[in-house]
Amino acid sequence: MSRHVVCSADELPPGTRRTAFVDGREVALFNVDGRLHALLNRCPHGGARICNGVITGIAQSSGPGDYRLERDGEFLRCPWHGWEFELSTGQSWCDPGTTRLRNYDVKREAGETLVKGPYIAERYPVVVENDYIIIEL
Amino acid sequence: MKLPYAGAIDCDLHLPAPTIAQLLPHLDDFWRDQIINRAIDRMPFAMMSYPPNAPISQRADWRAAPAATALETVQTQALDAFGLSFAIANIIHGAVALHNDDMAAALCRAVNDWLRVEWLEREPRLRGSILIHPQDVSQAVAEVERLASDGRFVQVLMLAMGERPLGRREFFPIYAAAERHGLVIAVHAGSTYRYAPTIVGWPCYQFEDYVAQAQAFENQTVSLIAEGVFQRFPRLKFVFLESGVSWLPVTMWRTDKTWRGARPETPWVDRWPSEIIREHLRLTTQPFDAPDAAAVAATIARIGSDDMLLFSTDYPHWQFEADDVLPEGLSPATLRKTLIDNALATYPRLAQEAIGGAAAIEETIR
Repeated sequence: MSRHVVCSADELPPGTRRTAFVDGREVALFNVDGRLHALLNRCPHGGARICNGVITGIAQSSGPGDYRLERDGEFLRCPWHGWEFELSTGQSWCDPGTTRLRNYDVKREAGETLVKGPYIAERYPVVVENDYIIIEL
Repeated sequence: MKLPYAGAIDCDLHLPAPTIAQLLPHLDDFWRDQIINRAIDRMPFAMMSYPPNAPISQRADWRAAPAATALETVQTQALDAFGLSFAIANIIHGAVALHNDDMAAALCRAVNDWLRVEWLEREPRLRGSILIHPQDVSQAVAEVERLASDGRFVQVLMLAMGERPLGRREFFPIYAAAERHGLVIAVHAGSTYRYAPTIVGWPCYQFEDYVAQAQAFENQTVSLIAEGVFQRFPRLKFVFLESGVSWLPVTMWRTDKTWRGARPETPWVDRWPSEIIREHLRLTTQPFDAPDAAAVAATIARIGSDDMLLFSTDYPHWQFEADDVLPEGLSPATLRKTLIDNALATYPRLAQEAIGGAAAIEETIR
């Protein structure tokens, strides 16, 4: 397992998304109200870049005609075919057993910690004064 | 192939539709007056999906050699010939295409009472379908309630093509009544011709009309799934009669595929449509649109279950020659389920009867 600095925290404020290349893989990064998510930027269905998907909730119902949008901000809809994935796990809502987006541990850490630790700052200059977004591969 | 043993349950057998003269004793004074004095009794009330002289409507050898009475003819040509333990009788009658809701309901009541008196009371192997005019839901529900106490009626009969898709909520009271009384909803090929029987417009030929029926069943399957009928009525089963069967796997796959992306639109569809279909939908075996044993086996494999097939003769429709009433390619285990077990699992009222239970036939029909 390796840990990578992918951007500074300033570059991924709440409500934004971006991508980063790590070890040849494109990773989609999301900050939803301060919750960070990192997922392989490739839908397991057709290969769409999921960084372009809609972040929303999950439609639930107790029966015909009953609609509730729950857990707003916890789901991603793929931009190509609308498949729904839970951001925190990458699991497909329709097919959780066999279909999932590869997801990665992601967190925010202080630059001060990073310059001491076993992190790989891939083409990324780290300074002590800033915070950074770190993912584990 | 031929039936390997006696005791099969025929889930789609047609009795000759009653003439209006035969229905008159089962109409009240008002409707008898209307029918006679408006000369409505001269109307054939034959559904144009099954023109009387079309080859599909009656096999030639059955047409040529009727026994003395209609009952004896059905006994000889179907019940005895195929060694049936039960046969569910479906009467496709033009009453369901009328625009006058009250006349349609009156004629449906008369057809059902005629079926009860002239057939069910004379032949213990026969079971009945409650014919309804679904465009008037309240009268349809009333007819289901009126006959529900008679355990010989095992299902409610509707056509594949009416005014609106069968999943629409306006029909839910009918489904609630059916579920409450342990009745199945049977959907038979046929149209009331409110709309063209093909989605691209009116065809010229009966040949086209008959082929198009399979597409109507596809549309109804998707409607029932999308509208959440089986979430609302989890104990309800639908039986598609004379649908052709082999359209199903493609529809299942396409519905599953589309559901994955379109799921939020109908959030009550809470699992794979194919799972819901396998649990709640049943199909009779005549006709089975597949050319040979390999194609039949492949169709069942792609459906992913052999619980869905119900044996039928579709008598007297000309679907097969001689006594080759079964599609080729059914394994012995699938055959047993198709001939008997699946019907008992589908029809609560047949199951009660088969275990000697409480399917008491009440004589209290008003």
